[in-house]
Amino acid sequence: MAVTARTRGRSQVGQRIGLWIGLTLGAVFAGFPALWMLLSSIKPNTEIFQFPPTFLPETFTLSAYTDILTSSEKLRFFLNSYAVASAVVLLTLFAGIMAGYALSRFTFPLKSLVNTVVISVQAVPPITLLIPYFGLVVWLKLYDSLWALILTYMVATIPYAILMMTGYFNTIPKELDEAVKVDGGSSMRALWQVLVPTARPGIVSVGAYTFMVAWNEFLFALTLTQSRSNRTVPVGIQLLMGEHSFKWSEMMAMSVLGCLPVLVLFLFFQRQFVSGITAGAVKA
Amino acid sequence: MSPTLLVMLVMMAVPVVMVFTYSTLSNVIMEREPEFVGLANYATLLSDPIFRKALGQTAIFTVTSVVFHLLLGLAFALMLNSTLLPRLASSLFRVVYILPWVFTASIVVILWQLMLNPNGVINYMLETLNLISTKVEWFSNPDLALGTVIFINVWAGYPFFMVSLLAGLQGIPKDLYEAAEIDGAGWRDRFFNITIPQLFPIIIAMAMLDFIWNLQQFPIIFLATGGGPLNATETIATYTYNLAFSKREFAMASASGVVLFLISAIVALFYVRHQKARD
Repeated sequence: MAVTARTRGRSQVGQRIGLWIGLTLGAVFAGFPALWMLLSSIKPNTEIFQFPPTFLPETFTLSAYTDILTSSEKLRFFLNSYAVASAVVLLTLFAGIMAGYALSRFTFPLKSLVNTVVISVQAVPPITLLIPYFGLVVWLKLYDSLWALILTYMVATIPYAILMMTGYFNTIPKELDEAVKVDGGSSMRALWQVLVPTARPGIVSVGAYTFMVAWNEFLFALTLTQSRSNRTVPVGIQLLMGEHSFKWSEMMAMSVLGCLPVLVLFLFFQRQFVSGITAGAVKA
Repeated sequence: MSPTLLVMLVMMAVPVVMVFTYSTLSNVIMEREPEFVGLANYATLLSDPIFRKALGQTAIFTVTSVVFHLLLGLAFALMLNSTLLPRLASSLFRVVYILPWVFTASIVVILWQLMLNPNGVINYMLETLNLISTKVEWFSNPDLALGTVIFINVWAGYPFFMVSLLAGLQGIPKDLYEAAEIDGAGWRDRFFNITIPQLFPIIIAMAMLDFIWNLQQFPIIFLATGGGPLNATETIATYTYNLAFSKREFAMASASGVVLFLISAIVALFYVRHQKARD
C-alpha cells in the first residue's frame, strides 16, 4: 500500500510539472501577441523598427494614444462603431424579446421555423448574401450610410436573439404572467413588468453577444459604405494601415482601443457570455 | 412577432433567390438588360484554373483550420479542467486563452503583420533559436503564405472550441471516472473510453459549425494576403469578392457565391440532422 501511494504521489508531481509546462506554453501562444500589441502601443515608433526588437519599451510614451484621441477622423471611426453596435443591440433585443415572448407563451407552429432560420443564416455565406444586399441597399438609397450596416447586421443577430430569448422565457413559469393578467394587466404589461426583469441575465448575454458581432463585422462595413466619415473601426484601421503602415505604434494603439469594448464586456459578463454562446451553438 | 419572422425570411430568402437568378444572367447590375445565359457562368467558372485552385485551397484551409481548432481547443480545455489545477489559476488561464477571441479579424491581421514582419519579433526569436538563417517572408513567399494565413486563423478561432469543450467536460459525471479508477483504468483508458465518447456529440456539432464558418472565412485571408501572392491563398470567398468588387463581374461572382452556398448548405443539412438525432 505504502509503495503504491508513494509512486502515485511521484507520478502526480510529474503530472503537475507537465501540466504547468503545457499551461505556460499555451499562455505564451495565446497571450504573447496581445501583450506585444500593448507594449508596441506605448513605444515610440522608431523603437518598433529596431532590430533586434526591444521587449519592454526603452522609452515609454502615450503619444500614439493622444494622437488618436485628438484626431477627429479617427474618433469618427469609433463613434460610428459605437453608434452602429448600439443601434443593432437595441433593435435586436426589442425584436428578440417580442418574438421570443410570443413563441414561448403562445403556441405557434413556428418553433421549428425559427430553428430553421437560425441555421440558414449560418449556412448562407456572407459573401454570397452581399451581392444581392449590395443591389438592395443601393435600391433603398441606403448605400454609404450607417443604416445599411444596422439593417444587414440585424439579419444575422435577430434569429439568434429570438432563439435565445424563447429559451429564457420558457424557463420562467407561466403562472407569473398569468398573475398579472388576473389583476387586469395586458400581455404587454406582463412581458415588460414581469418577464423582462426576470430574464435580465439572458437579455444581457444576448445583448453582449450582439454587440460583439456588430462591433467586429468587416465585410459588409467594407462594401456597403464608401466615404471615410461612415467607416467603422475594423475598416478604418485597415484604411490607416494602408496609408501609414510605418506608424506601427499608432496602429497598435488603435487596435488596443478597438478591442477594448469587447474585452470589457467579456470580463464583466464572462459567465453569461460563454454559456449563452455555447447554448446557442449547440442547440441551434 | 410574425412580422419579424416575415422580414427575416424576406431578408434571407429573397437575396438567395436573387443570387441564384443573377448567376444565370449575363453581367447583371453592370448591363442594363442582362440576358439569360443558363449555366454558362458555371461552365466558365469551372474552366478557370484559378477557381479550381481556389476550391482546393478552400478545402485545405478549412480542414486544417477545423482540425487545429479542435486539437488546440481540446488540449486547452483538458488542462483547464484538470483536478490538479487550483480554481483561481484555472480562471486566470482561461481568460488568457480566450484572448484571441476578443480581437476582431482586422486587428488580428494587423497584429500578426507586425509580428511576422521580416524584421519582426517572430523572425528574431526563430533566428536566436537558430531555427532559421535568413529572414522569412511569411506573407509574400507563395510557398508559405497559405500556411501563414491558416496559422493566424487557427490562433484566432480555437477559443470557441475550447469554451464549448470545457463546458462539455464539466458536464461529464464524476462517478464515471471514479468507477473506471476502481477498475484500475489508466489515464489513457479514461481519456479514450470516457472523455472522448462523452464529448463526441459536442465535437461533431462544433466541427460541422466550424467547418461552415471557415469555409466562408473572408476577412483574415483578404486582409492578410488578398488571395495572393500569385493566388497562393485564393479561396472561394476571396475569389468571389474579387469578381464582384474589383472586376465588377456580378453574374460570375453570383455563380461562385452559389457554389460556396451549396457546399455550406450540404454541411448545414448534416448539422441539422445531427442535432435532430440528439434531441
